[in-house]
Amino acid sequence: MYYTYTITGLILIISFIINKQKTLKAIRIAVVKFKKIFPTFITMIILISIILFLFPDEVISNYLGNSSKFISVLLASLFGSITLMPGFLAFPLCGILLTKGVPYIVLSAFTTTLMMVGIITFPIEKEYFGAEVTIIRNIISFFIALIVAVITGIFFGEIFL
Amino acid sequence: MKKNVKLKIAFISIYLLFLIVSFICGYNPGKEIAFNLISFLLEMLKILPCVFILIGLFEVWVKKEVIEKHLGEKSGIKGYVWVILLAGTIAGGLLVAFPVAYSLYNKGAKLSIVFTYIGAAAICRIPMTLYEASFMGVKFTAIRLLVSLPLVIITSILLGEYLTKRNYKMVEGK
Repeated sequence: MYYTYTITGLILIISFIINKQKTLKAIRIAVVKFKKIFPTFITMIILISIILFLFPDEVISNYLGNSSKFISVLLASLFGSITLMPGFLAFPLCGILLTKGVPYIVLSAFTTTLMMVGIITFPIEKEYFGAEVTIIRNIISFFIALIVAVITGIFFGEIFL
Repeated sequence: MKKNVKLKIAFISIYLLFLIVSFICGYNPGKEIAFNLISFLLEMLKILPCVFILIGLFEVWVKKEVIEKHLGEKSGIKGYVWVILLAGTIAGGLLVAFPVAYSLYNKGAKLSIVFTYIGAAAICRIPMTLYEASFMGVKFTAIRLLVSLPLVIITSILLGEYLTKRNYKMVEGK
């Protein structure tokens, strides 16, 4: 993560050398935009902290490992849609689930919905796109994730058509 | 709107009070929630200030004509390539993608490109993809990318066309 700060810092310095006025204006824009979204952002983080508590790793792995593939895929995509987990947590968890025998098709549904569908980011997305577009985008993303999961299942020989 | 703000403040106060009481009484679920809150907040604070400063610089320095030319109505296939590369190199996932996408839109990027950007930011960030492949195997990651990326582009084009027909406009912080 440090590289983001280094790069941003460098760009900021270069910008400042070229044009002081413009750079100050850029910082003002950054502050105004950040302030605008901050309350929504805090509410969302609070919701995430509660949801991560309600669905800890053990619960997720219990549900994904112990039922039929079909139900597991559905549950996985629901978990993935509701929660928002940073990649550095999600992939190690999936790696563990893989060694526990959870099929690829289930993990694919889980990771793809985790990345693309954000029920919990709805308040933030709505601020920019409006509620209707946010709902449409998330529904589309959900189906893309299901398609990805099914094709993953086919390629790993987990489902037969 | 005012009622909404009051509700929010009440909600946050109750939440914080619950966390504090949990710590005093040693109530474990409350402690766990506090831990979740702090770790996620730190993770986001690591990246958000950078993103917003970069957005500010982008708004000040990048001319509207440049974005219109490369990502606007007449941009063609190259526009999608550019925007996917851009999404691939910016860290942070969906949350960061929304404000960036909004700035791109304001500078004249067309809707289908904006939605492609959001989709691509979710699924094909380069550092995350490498990380994923190391846990799940290259085959898994490759299938995911090769299937999802075309679907993201196609659905973005359809959604863009549908919204353009309806004269959809993006408005920040209504």
